[in-house]
Amino acid sequence: MYFELITPDKKAFEGEVVGVKMPGVKGSFEVLNNHAPIISNLEKGDLRVALEKDEKHFKIEGGIVEVLNNKVVVLTESVESV
Amino acid sequence: MPSLKEVKNRIVSVKSTQQITKAMKMVAAAKLRRAQDRIIQIRPYSQKLNAILQNVSATLGDEIENVYAVERKVKKALVIVVTSDRGLCGAFNSNVSKAALNLINQKYSKQNEEGNVEILCIGKKGHDFFKRRGYKVNYTFGELFNNLDFEHVREAAEYAMDGFVKKEFDSVDIVYNEFKNVATQIVRTEQFLPIKSDFEDGEAVSDVQLDYIFEPNKVDIVMELIPKSLKITFYKSILESNASEHGARMTAMDKATDNAQELLKELQLTYNRTRQAAITKEILEIVGGAEALSNG
Repeated sequence: MYFELITPDKKAFEGEVVGVKMPGVKGSFEVLNNHAPIISNLEKGDLRVALEKDEKHFKIEGGIVEVLNNKVVVLTESVESV
Repeated sequence: MPSLKEVKNRIVSVKSTQQITKAMKMVAAAKLRRAQDRIIQIRPYSQKLNAILQNVSATLGDEIENVYAVERKVKKALVIVVTSDRGLCGAFNSNVSKAALNLINQKYSKQNEEGNVEILCIGKKGHDFFKRRGYKVNYTFGELFNNLDFEHVREAAEYAMDGFVKKEFDSVDIVYNEFKNVATQIVRTEQFLPIKSDFEDGEAVSDVQLDYIFEPNKVDIVMELIPKSLKITFYKSILESNASEHGARMTAMDKATDNAQELLKELQLTYNRTRQAAITKEILEIVGGAEALSNG
């Protein structure tokens, strides 16, 4: 599954991942492989990216996510790598 | 005719000026590249954002109440003027300041008389321009170009948007330079708020009519997206202006370097001529002296 974390200034992350856990407005949720297409608002909070062996951790300032055909795109205005 | 020494001094000073303008041109060229890169960098974000926005709002119709598109009678106006912090870039700043002045004197003349036009200057030069003419200027976000990134620009955009929603302003215009190419900047006066053409006008991207799950729901998503999209529009204007500034400075400095070269050529000619004249005069004197001696 391909994941992109995009801000207006840069691409904070891009690459193959196992899963992404993010702060949806209705509670935190995780997207794994073959997730159904979804567009959701995100709240301010933690975004965890599960890689093959590793895990990455970002703080985002709200945003929006689109999942389509195993491609996850998160748009956020501000991101901080933790 | 100026003395040899004077001409020599002028040549030296013009040469050093030329060196400075040349260096400034190089610096501007490097900065221009970075500014252009920035414009390219926001593309993935803005394209994706617009794609989602169109996709969602196309299926929505009139259900959304867009607070940013409400047309009210204009009692108080906000004019955002984007200039640069530094000069030496040709007519860049004066063009944009004049356009803003025109806007205030024509479109908002009535509001201006009542003192209901707020001028928000981004960049020092615009601030100086309006201050000199006795306008009240809001300079809260003046120093954006010192540290240009979305984080800071966002605050200025939010100031305008919040003000509009809270009815502190009934219209927001932005005046800036659009980057066409290195040598050409186009002064743009755009209405930022209320939004003129609504997003629904965009042709729905029909091939992406997939069954998305919308969370929490379409309306909320669109409501969330519209301000984001506005901020990006605003950020784009700032970046355009930034790239234009460096383009304008580059051209101006290039011209200055050329002019200096021209001047040097003329000065060199004067110098040579003066030198020749001095030599001729000296020889004449010597010959005259020798003649007088032999005759005596």
